[in-house]
Amino acid sequence: MQYKSQMVAKPYFIGALVLFVAQILFGLIMGLQYVVGDFLFPHIPFNVARMVHTNALIVWLLMGFMGAAYYMVPEESECELYSPKLALIMFWIFLAAAGLTVVGYLAVPYATLAKITGNDLLPTMGREFLEQPTITKIGIVVVALAFLFNLSMTFLKGRKTSITTVMLLGLWGLAIMFLFSFVNPDNLVRDKFYWWWVVHLWVEGVWELILGAILAFVLIKITGVDREVIEKWLYVIITLSLITGLIGTGHHYFWIGTPEYWQWLGSVFSALEPVPFFAMTLFAFNMVNRRRREHPNRAATLWALGTGVMSFLGAGVWGFLHTLSPVNYYTHGTQITAAHGHMAFYGAYVMVVLTIISYAMPLMRGRAANSNASQVLEMWGFWLMTISMVFITLFLTGAGILQVWLQRVSTTPMGFMATQDQVALFYWLREGTGLVFMIGLAVYLFSFFKDGKSAA
Amino acid sequence: MSASFSTSAARNIFFGGTVFFVLMFLALTYDTEQKLPQRDQRAQLANPAVAAGKRVWENNNCIGCHTLLGEGAYFAPELGNVYKRRGPDFIKAWIKSQPTGVPGRRQMPNFHLTDKELDDLVAFLKYASEINTANWPPNVEG
Ligand code: HEM
Ligand code: HEM
Ligand SMILES: [Fe+2]
Repeated sequence: MQYKSQMVAKPYFIGALVLFVAQILFGLIMGLQYVVGDFLFPHIPFNVARMVHTNALIVWLLMGFMGAAYYMVPEESECELYSPKLALIMFWIFLAAAGLTVVGYLAVPYATLAKITGNDLLPTMGREFLEQPTITKIGIVVVALAFLFNLSMTFLKGRKTSITTVMLLGLWGLAIMFLFSFVNPDNLVRDKFYWWWVVHLWVEGVWELILGAILAFVLIKITGVDREVIEKWLYVIITLSLITGLIGTGHHYFWIGTPEYWQWLGSVFSALEPVPFFAMTLFAFNMVNRRRREHPNRAATLWALGTGVMSFLGAGVWGFLHTLSPVNYYTHGTQITAAHGHMAFYGAYVMVVLTIISYAMPLMRGRAANSNASQVLEMWGFWLMTISMVFITLFLTGAGILQVWLQRVSTTPMGFMATQDQVALFYWLREGTGLVFMIGLAVYLFSFFKDGKSAA
Repeated sequence: MSASFSTSAARNIFFGGTVFFVLMFLALTYDTEQKLPQRDQRAQLANPAVAAGKRVWENNNCIGCHTLLGEGAYFAPELGNVYKRRGPDFIKAWIKSQPTGVPGRRQMPNFHLTDKELDDLVAFLKYASEINTANWPPNVEG
């Protein structure tokens, strides 16, 4: 760590990991409700658990990105952060807003929350992933603006590298696309059309810039490969992301009332979306193979390589699986979607945040890398979580294939609920694997407390 | 990557390519907006019950368990076509009689909706079921 102000990243990383735990706990609750339908009913209905699960995920990834930016930008710019104090204040505001929102979800019925937060004045609630009360959304915008101001000022006064340029473009894009969460026409088709401008243009658009920039930063540090080479890769990858991903949005415009030419455009462009993810895999492996130093932090190297592989599997392979419109006609909105959503979010965004945490946390705690014992534990956490996620994905895919077959392909289609009963075995297997994931997360977190200092 | 291909060339391709595809996407959005009136049943929005029903749908977070035109959660049945599958009276009776309380079965909460809210919701679901979705879902089970 070269600049004191990089330390503001630390609370962001810790906050992110705390929310990660909450996310997984509520995932396990839902996983059980899938098979024991009345579990915790009426105290925590499924939809409430789902909001906590998905919103905690999004917020902790945002915190991870913010922490990453606060760590990377001063070091790349070769100057202190514009205002470390503002960064810390914003952290607490963000955490409080997230905490209050979760309390709101759990403490009162959603309709009550909508009423007391004045949703009818500017209705934005009740849409998937955007369930937050309008006031929370405004809070997110305020935090994001303060964050972007702080980083952009730092960027402007210091050295401008390709990595910070791409990172800031991605973060500005993230904030700008989020403004579409305030667009909620009564016309359902238009509502859905612009809803995807937040969801798809995040994960298959601007977030890929952030992903690429974080990965590039960590790879420069741990491999010592020339910046020139890494930055070229970075630009090639993000170019591929945007030229496929923008019109690739069309893979969500097949069946929501939009014109049918989207079936062609969406299928063709999104079928190319795996290419940048594959480039990311090659990038990570190539750079590590050409390394000029043996960095003592082997765990961070493992996370970086893991991101390369798992993002390709989750987004690239599992995305391609259901992205052509004739296939999507049958798989749309089934467990296949859930399978893909899990591995893509984990493989790309969870893993890249854990990569930067793995690299930066030891440095912020005053050492180049953790002790061998601590790294071994961290790597156990890596393998337990990653392998569990592979199996969760496989079980959900199994459930999805059966579901499609029984409910949609069959000449005597079964009803939704009857079909769910038929595939319960897969849900049990998913829940068991989810428990292993939780154990992996516990081992991972424990590695932070394991005598870190003794080496390096 | 080869040395003859410079970082600044890569950067220029990135900015050029991005601007081009953003403009393409905006043009397609414009074209879509022009064509939507033929498919999206917007005439039904003249009935205020439809928008009011959408608010009931949103304010109770129905999407947290159900899909609507295939988007949402996968815990409970597709509702984009429920109007066609079950009809208005069944829908209202169903919502009023929740939760079933059958042990071990997935439970839907009771939202204590008024008769007006139920009618609005049904108007919204009827509207949703008449949007031209290119023949999706494959059959009435959703
Ligand atoms: C890291 C990148 C990605 C993430 C995090 C991600 C995540 C998700 C999530 C969460 C959904 C479900 C949205 C909902 O609830 O309705 C989804 C849907 C979908 N994704 Fe991705 N995705 C990624 C990349 C991709 C790629 C590269 C492709 C194509 C090659 C793809 C194809 C699809 C398709 C076709 C759907 C719609 C599924 C349906 O019709 O139900 N995704 N994605
Ligand atoms: C490990 C235990 C986990 C369990 C048991 C679990 C369970 C679930 C369940 C039951 C749902 C709701 C599916 C539905 O709508 O019917 C869900 C949704 C979701 N979960 Fe998890 N989850 C776990 C971990 C994770 C992790 C680690 C991530 C992110 C990396 C994640 C990301 C998501 C996303 C993005 C959705 C929305 C999917 C969509 O809309 O397609 N979950 N999860
Ligand atoms: Fe997408």
